[in-house]
Amino acid sequence: MRGRDDEEWTDLMRSANAGDGAAYHRLLKSITPVLRAGARQGLSRAGQPPDQAEDIVQDILLAVHLKRHTWDAEAPFAPWLFAIARNKLIDALRKRGRRIFVDIDDFSETLPSEPPAEPLPSVDIASHLGDLAPRQRDVLQSIAVENASIRQTAEKLSMTEGNVRVALHRGLASLAAILRED
Amino acid sequence: MDTDRLLLALAADNDHRPQPVRTQLAVALLVALPVAAAMMLVTIGLRPDFMAAMRNPFFDLKFVITLALAIPAIVISVHLSRPEAVLGRWVWMLLLAPFILVGAIIAEMMMPQRSPMMTRMMGKGAMLCTAAISLLSLPILAAALWALRQGAPTRPAFVGALAGLMSSGLAATVYATHCTDDSPLFVAVWYTIATTAVTALGAFAGSRVLRY
Repeated sequence: MRGRDDEEWTDLMRSANAGDGAAYHRLLKSITPVLRAGARQGLSRAGQPPDQAEDIVQDILLAVHLKRHTWDAEAPFAPWLFAIARNKLIDALRKRGRRIFVDIDDFSETLPSEPPAEPLPSVDIASHLGDLAPRQRDVLQSIAVENASIRQTAEKLSMTEGNVRVALHRGLASLAAILRED
Repeated sequence: MDTDRLLLALAADNDHRPQPVRTQLAVALLVALPVAAAMMLVTIGLRPDFMAAMRNPFFDLKFVITLALAIPAIVISVHLSRPEAVLGRWVWMLLLAPFILVGAIIAEMMMPQRSPMMTRMMGKGAMLCTAAISLLSLPILAAALWALRQGAPTRPAFVGALAGLMSSGLAATVYATHCTDDSPLFVAVWYTIATTAVTALGAFAGSRVLRY
């Protein structure tokens, strides 16, 4: 599966970098099940219950988002993605005080024949929204939970679209920082 | 917030794209270097015989050595800011400065000298040298770490150590314009002590601030 997916991912990421938000959303939706399967595999290999996989997946997705400028557009996307995923999985296991058995291949060997990994209910980053600055929390609530656009959010909160964008980005960066320190 | 909703928020933030790490590091160093240079000029200043000293190859060699340390550290730290990057053969670039330094020591040994080896090694400003390089490194180290924070290094402590190497190398380049001890033996001892201390500090700070 590596080859075809990777080419598709690389193309999507290039479009995303050129400003195509829809391509970026497609890319994120496409990598999420792969990350989920890898996170579960990593947890089970470390003798951990799989119910924390979703936290790790969200942590990886935030890192992918906040660090995507470190991806070299001339290089394939998958090795970059799996390197971040591996680092985040190792961090997560270390935080849980487990000895680390993260195999290099937890993320690259995820087979397409596995049943598609669905999210399990878990304590996730929603519980951290309350730790954000009020503006950031309101904007994230509006865009993520209520599925509003940037423009709708700006109208609803009486902010400029520029300020909504800034609050959104800062909110995501704060979430990632909270997860890291957690 | 379930994961699908997080994806919506991330996609909505697609327009925010930071500059590449190399750009941010370049900006950070271009801001911090003049700060370090100013710190030195208003305190200890250039050596009085600066123009005459430029004709002494061992004076010039100090700049070659310090830059041979700083430039590879800059290049490798940018490389390792990509999470999938491996050190591989890049590590050999770090041996350039020690290699030139050893060559310079041998060259100096083969020349007739007016002062004995120990005198040249101890120099006149050993303490000042070590203290000045360490202090001048600090603004550069802070700027370098700030810039490298934008990266996603798989080995934060190692990249922090590279930040220490580049900042002590650049600080030593600045300090070398003041330093009147031109013997490579002096450089090998006192510059190295400062570099080691700053590199250790960088590794420690990096292991904390460069995690992502």
